[in-house]
Amino acid sequence: MKQDNLLLSLWQVSKRYPGVVANDKVSLTLAKGEILALLGENGAGKSTLVKMIYGVVQADEGSLLWQGKEVVIRSPNMARSMGIGMVFQHFSVFETLSVQENIELSLDAGFVKDAATLRAKIIELSAAYELKVDPDRYVHNLSIGERQRLEILRCLIQNVKLLILDEPTSVLTPQEVAGLFKVLRTLASEGCSILFISHKLKEVTALCDRAVILRGGKVNGECVPANETPDSIARMMVGSEAVLSERYHKTIGSDELLVTRDLSVPPTNPFGTGLTKVNLSLHKGEILGIAGVAGNGQEDLLEALSGEDTRAEAGSILINGRKVAKLNAGERRLLGMSYVPADRLGQGAVPDMSLADNTLLTSARKGLVNRGLILPHKVVELAKSIIHRNDVKCHNAHAQAKSLSGGNLQKFIIGREVDQNPEVLICAHPTWGVDIGAASSIHRQLIELRDNGAAILVVSEDIDELFMISDRIAALYEGQLSHAVHTEQTNIEEVGKWIAGSFMNEDKPQEDVKHA
Amino acid sequence: MDMELFQQILVAAIKTGTPLLLVALGELICEKSGVLNLGQEGMMLMGAMAGFAGAYFSGNLALGLLLAMVAGMMMAGIFALLSLNLNTNQVATGLALTIFGSGLSAFLGASLVGSTVNGFKPIAIPLLSDIPFVGPLLFNHDILVYGSFVLVAICWWVVNKTRAGLTLRAVGENPYSANALGIKVIKVRYIAVLTGGAFAGLAGAYMSLSYTPMWMENMTAGRGWIALSLVVFASWRVGYLMVGAYLFGVASILHLVMQGIGFTISPNLLAMMPYVATIVVMVIISSNPIRQKLAAPMSLAKPFDSRRH
Repeated sequence: MKQDNLLLSLWQVSKRYPGVVANDKVSLTLAKGEILALLGENGAGKSTLVKMIYGVVQADEGSLLWQGKEVVIRSPNMARSMGIGMVFQHFSVFETLSVQENIELSLDAGFVKDAATLRAKIIELSAAYELKVDPDRYVHNLSIGERQRLEILRCLIQNVKLLILDEPTSVLTPQEVAGLFKVLRTLASEGCSILFISHKLKEVTALCDRAVILRGGKVNGECVPANETPDSIARMMVGSEAVLSERYHKTIGSDELLVTRDLSVPPTNPFGTGLTKVNLSLHKGEILGIAGVAGNGQEDLLEALSGEDTRAEAGSILINGRKVAKLNAGERRLLGMSYVPADRLGQGAVPDMSLADNTLLTSARKGLVNRGLILPHKVVELAKSIIHRNDVKCHNAHAQAKSLSGGNLQKFIIGREVDQNPEVLICAHPTWGVDIGAASSIHRQLIELRDNGAAILVVSEDIDELFMISDRIAALYEGQLSHAVHTEQTNIEEVGKWIAGSFMNEDKPQEDVKHA
Repeated sequence: MDMELFQQILVAAIKTGTPLLLVALGELICEKSGVLNLGQEGMMLMGAMAGFAGAYFSGNLALGLLLAMVAGMMMAGIFALLSLNLNTNQVATGLALTIFGSGLSAFLGASLVGSTVNGFKPIAIPLLSDIPFVGPLLFNHDILVYGSFVLVAICWWVVNKTRAGLTLRAVGENPYSANALGIKVIKVRYIAVLTGGAFAGLAGAYMSLSYTPMWMENMTAGRGWIALSLVVFASWRVGYLMVGAYLFGVASILHLVMQGIGFTISPNLLAMMPYVATIVVMVIISSNPIRQKLAAPMSLAKPFDSRRH
């Protein structure tokens, strides 16, 4: 690679935090117009590395060369003025401001001459790159895809030379992902370099020219994704011969356990959607996957089903034929329902309490309490067995929930719920933010529970995951649910269209297709 | 009700509403940046005391005003140091500031109790004040009332039409995103809190140099607290705030009005009106949580910790 073609190079860059080395002598290069993937599991040091490039934190050691000159990037402001733009995973847009105001804020005061010029420029750029966003709309009315387009526009307007995207596709429908990739390829062909952070190997293979794999803060390899298989790249990330993705056999459920009939709830917050006439039926011995992009009513559905929200009509949720919509979460648990919430540190577990105490919270009925007094030995015993059976990596049963990594805590929470032998399990985003190794053991936990006859409802934004584990699949769009079909009788493209709302135009077939 | 009485009520509403308007305007700016300062009452009292002392000892009302604003800003500075630099709980810190301010102003102003100054006098604006009804209503006030009209216009313009206002709103909604864009969150919040202090000081000076030109312990009588609810009442909008301040002004003189028109009801009950009105308004507003959430600065009362990323 010619030296003058290099946009950015990092040489032996290290960053330490108390107790952890986030980046250990990382070196990498990025050419002009190149799309480079930065791959790695959670905690591999991807985000620290990117934060150093974007000036959020500074390296302890090593040097950074920008267009051949050594630089110290002191702040995001400085990074932006050099031509580095970043699209964050959790968007840094302001919901109560308009698109134009959001863009204006990211520009230097001198750059904005007057509102009309800026507006014209936004319209021009959004037409040129097919990033359709209306400058006058308020961000809280925008879809997630539109918000991302706004973030990209915000970078483009300052003649960006390097665009960093942190897990940009995790919130998009497959169709939106295709649109995003088109934009990124156009940008790259015009000489803009792109640093693409992801753990979705298929996307990296489809988009990126080159990939750098981080593991434990160090560069663990480099490859041309086109020449590799997702499996071989995954091995470089995980570094073990662990079983990464399995094909689970699909089953057909038997008796109906959980049914909703025209389940509707109004939104709970100004950015919510609520639910409109959701009809679903969940059968014994099956996993029903609910796909959808975040913000389409998943939270409302989960809260209504779990009993956190009891506003729905009494007859709109039935467990075993019994009306439960007015029962609270505890009363529904007594009927054999368990729940793994989306927010594992806060709702799924109390962060400051020990694993043993967290076990007691949902398992008190299992002989752990005698006449109002806790039996501490039994609690610890149960916690230990959950830890042991589910291979939860932690200090011991007295470790605080917040001291566990996301994946290990999730294994513990699911293990705790599975231990209840629930008839119905509602599971939200089971592997969100969890690394590959832990994700596959969580999937195995769920499959095993299903094979033991439980009815499981999984809500997830990861469509690949749903295709892997669910027996039937449906999509949620703006608070409405598509009909559910057998996973084997559909494909990602079709469900992708449902996620974008296409099913609303079709005649909705009867939900109650008989199950053999 | 005859026209003259009606006019008098409106004039009185403006006079009683002005200190509420000034202190609430400051709190609105402060809350727009995401900082909830419950110390308004304390800052107002310090402003009232310092303003009176300044005018009394120098004989110069302008110097009194200046001192009042400085005193308000010093109190706000203490609050900013604690809540912005040391990340203390904003609610507790604000409450402490009120208690501190009422105690300190009583202590420092003890020797001034019973003294008087020549306060601000109404200035009739030529020609305009001769317009029937509107003239005496709007154009026959003292300089502080005129000043409050101008400040409302300036605040509205700054908050809604300028880059500085955009930055202020962004910081109040999501300081972490603002920080990622390179906005200096703590600096913006400092400016907002200090501005709030200056406004509260001014409102205090209005009490001790215009409304009743004297100094008395706790003379603001809870106006700092009413201002806090006024900001919610106005849904954080400058225009509504002005209307609200005068409405609260009417409510607080209602017992005098009722007596004036010969309506007999216990004055104690009527004196409760502003507080009852506050509660009623709060209930009405919070009955629509969605609107409430959209109106309120989203990071209100949440400390910004720059170490978190």
